[in-house]
Amino acid sequence: MVTSTRSDVALLYRRAGFGLRPAELDRISAGGYEAAVEQLIAGLGAAPDPGGDRLGPPRFTAGPFRPPGTAAPAAGTAAPAAGTAAPAAGTTAPAAGGRVAAVVAHNRAVARDLAGLQDWWMDRMIATSTPLREKLTLFWHGHFATGIPKVRDARLMYIQNQLFRTVGAGSFEGLTQAVAKDGAMMLWLDTSTDKKSHPNENFAREMMELFTLGIGNYTQADVTAGARGFTGWVYERSAYRYLFRPSQHDYGTKTYLAQTGDWNGEDVVHIAVTRPESARFVLARLWSHFAYPVQPSDRVVADLLPAYGPGMDITGALRALFLHPAFRSPASRGGLVKQPAEYLAGAARSLGLDATGARSPAATGGSGPSGPGTGVAGPSRSSRSLARMAAGLGQTLFDPPNVGGWGQNGYWLTTATSYLRLEIALALAHQGDLSPLAGLPTGQRITGVATLLGVDSWGPTTSAALARVASEPVALTALALTAPEYVLA
Amino acid sequence: MTTRDTSPRRPYRDDPFLASPPPPAAPRRPFTRRRFLAGAGAAGAAVAAGTVLGHYLGGPGPTTAGLTVADAPLVLITLYGGNDGLNTVIPHADGTYTSIRPTLGYKPEQVLDLGEGLGLNPQLKGLHSLWQAGRLAVVRGVGYPNPNLSHFASMAIWQTANVTDGTGSGWLGRWLDRTASDGVFDPMLALSLGATLPPALRGEQRSATAITTSHLAIPGGAAFQSAFAALQTAGPDRTGLAGAVAASGADLLAARTDLDRLHQVAAAPSAGGSPAAVNGPTTTTGRPGATAPGPVPPPGRAGRAAGSLAAQMEMVAGLIRAGAPTRLYQVSLSSFDTHADEKANHERLLADLDTAVTALLQDLAGHPVVIMTYSEFGRRPAENASGGTDHGTAAPLFVIGDRVKGGRFYGDEPSLTSLDGNGNLLHTVDFRSVYATVLDRVLGSDPEPVLGGRFPTLPFL
Repeated sequence: MVTSTRSDVALLYRRAGFGLRPAELDRISAGGYEAAVEQLIAGLGAAPDPGGDRLGPPRFTAGPFRPPGTAAPAAGTAAPAAGTAAPAAGTTAPAAGGRVAAVVAHNRAVARDLAGLQDWWMDRMIATSTPLREKLTLFWHGHFATGIPKVRDARLMYIQNQLFRTVGAGSFEGLTQAVAKDGAMMLWLDTSTDKKSHPNENFAREMMELFTLGIGNYTQADVTAGARGFTGWVYERSAYRYLFRPSQHDYGTKTYLAQTGDWNGEDVVHIAVTRPESARFVLARLWSHFAYPVQPSDRVVADLLPAYGPGMDITGALRALFLHPAFRSPASRGGLVKQPAEYLAGAARSLGLDATGARSPAATGGSGPSGPGTGVAGPSRSSRSLARMAAGLGQTLFDPPNVGGWGQNGYWLTTATSYLRLEIALALAHQGDLSPLAGLPTGQRITGVATLLGVDSWGPTTSAALARVASEPVALTALALTAPEYVLA
Repeated sequence: MTTRDTSPRRPYRDDPFLASPPPPAAPRRPFTRRRFLAGAGAAGAAVAAGTVLGHYLGGPGPTTAGLTVADAPLVLITLYGGNDGLNTVIPHADGTYTSIRPTLGYKPEQVLDLGEGLGLNPQLKGLHSLWQAGRLAVVRGVGYPNPNLSHFASMAIWQTANVTDGTGSGWLGRWLDRTASDGVFDPMLALSLGATLPPALRGEQRSATAITTSHLAIPGGAAFQSAFAALQTAGPDRTGLAGAVAASGADLLAARTDLDRLHQVAAAPSAGGSPAAVNGPTTTTGRPGATAPGPVPPPGRAGRAAGSLAAQMEMVAGLIRAGAPTRLYQVSLSSFDTHADEKANHERLLADLDTAVTALLQDLAGHPVVIMTYSEFGRRPAENASGGTDHGTAAPLFVIGDRVKGGRFYGDEPSLTSLDGNGNLLHTVDFRSVYATVLDRVLGSDPEPVLGGRFPTLPFL
């Protein structure tokens, strides 16, 4: 039986990170729960991430997307803001086949860039030394959900991802102001086309409904007024920069959320995030994703308000959340299903795999894939990408189903995901480092696989099922990865 | 952007049912329990007593409208994001339309004429042919009172049929709950294509089966498979979400059993088809075939294009032609949230819809089906300055099939001059009337308990 601190720290690292390997759990548990919280918190903001930074930045080959009818910039004018590799010359230049061929070539390059970016983030989730920062980045990606199909430039998705990573633990207003001027967001929700003659309501509405206030806390008149505030905001794709075009801005007086003035976009964001409903909305979102789903009216949300404070301090709110007694309650322990990206990153950490599904060079233990014990051949290498597995399970990184992001809990539990999870679990177990199990007597392997995967213990139904395959480490690990105790976070 | 849920744009893996060639010339007999068991026997499958398929022992039964329910499954097409109704069924003869859609509007000579001053978007050529053949009905002005302009709130209202706040179970989930009230539930009864499940198909007790492939082969040897099955059984450690994890696994195993038998029936010469009916070399679209039953492809092999509406429809066609006892299929198409640069994007989406519907009917070649489209709302009549339209209210929807009384309009065309306070259309048909019609005449279920009230049916079926 696990000790309480050990179990609490394991829970903390599953929720605030991607799980711990057994030796890490031993070491961190020895320092106590509160110290473990502080260690995670210390990894927020600008803290170095030796594990993740070792990967270097992602690489991009596509140039900026050029909407039809716009002239191609002269060679070398594109100036990526993210400090990453410059676009490879000619990859998106109009080819001999004309514009259609150029579009096809561009789309291919974007698809390659996206795959690379997805792998890069999955690798970062696996290798990071600052897991809460990566988990919080994943949370913000679902909160300010933005998708590549409309953005059409993986570099812009990366810039947004870095925004979440670098300022996601500061002030919520600072983050929201930055997101409002983020290129991917401006293109995704059409802020960049918002003109004073007939404002586009897309960003103004979703900013209130999904990002800052929640439905029921604004009117259609607020949507219209808010949209007027964002008129004149433009994102220049070719230069990767935000611009303000005064000639397109509506300088008229607007009444927005009961306040009247000549509001611009920054004012609109400020008024929204300083509404009393906003703090509860944001804190309920955080609690729902790190502990268990709650409404803004829930008592635990009120408990976090002092830590969030007028500074809208995300770091303070997270500390209060992890130290709240309800975070470690039975309701919390049984209250969350792992989303696919964290399911896969956690499994890869436990099994010594990287984002391509291959044995990570850093992993210790036996060499090469474990021998088949299930009668099932391992998958081909190309299908092992963890990001593609996550997509199969319904979570394509950088391509959420809609601006509301992904659902929770029951959303991930369908016959289809049950089936795909089994196939994926087999692929992971087949490839993973199972040497800690193979060395155990059969009678100890059921407990051993719980330890390997960071599960406190198996219930009787699961134990009985796992006992049927305890002699085969691959089969045992695969089934353990599909057990409810592991599927829950 | 597009709305919550659901499962658009997911990769679909290679699927044996996708590889079906055109159906045999002789019409297949409708599926019955008796034939299904005989076919399964002929294919050498042992049929366990008391399976969920026992539900079909009596064969299909008549509805109040006299249709044979299992004869005509419902194919529900969810259009996520809010489809622009005014550029789908276009009031080209209305001067107001021309003035409020200066860049997005279509001219009378561009539309596919339906009469009454209305015409289909030029991309809907297949649907226009269906209209001319009397197989497409257009229900105009469909919406609900006090429209909500949020994607999520409005889609929740459409999916739950709860116009107060969009909470509670899905309307089709409640139909499933009632179907299962005799204690027998068939996981094949309602299939949703995609990894995740729209709320409309979640009931209090039962939910539709979500699939991304019709060939669910549980991998591994016998010991592994039995251990996986044991993992899904009930127990004290199977409460709450842990119970939900196990329940989805149990549903998977039940659906797998049924789908396996379906493959065997479809492959058996005695079942009225030939083995080629499932395992043929190519589809009508020339897609390379897969052999069935074969090893399961590795996860996530197919690309995005494979998750297209066309690919979803191919799987539906294969299942219907193989005689699946399924009465509801849910498929979807996303990205209708055209706030900017609408014209080209909307035309591309409508072309996808047109192609997929046309292909389904061609592939079915006489197998009856009722197809219905819906979206969470239409769009603002007046275009915005981004070459797009913002969130709106009422919109037309399509009902398609051989038995549909098509070539006609149902409901009145909303006025473009008498608008609500947000400049949006006033609905003329309550969406629950459409649901009531479909429940009564396609799904064979009393609409009142499902919809929580009595709504007049429409004569399109």
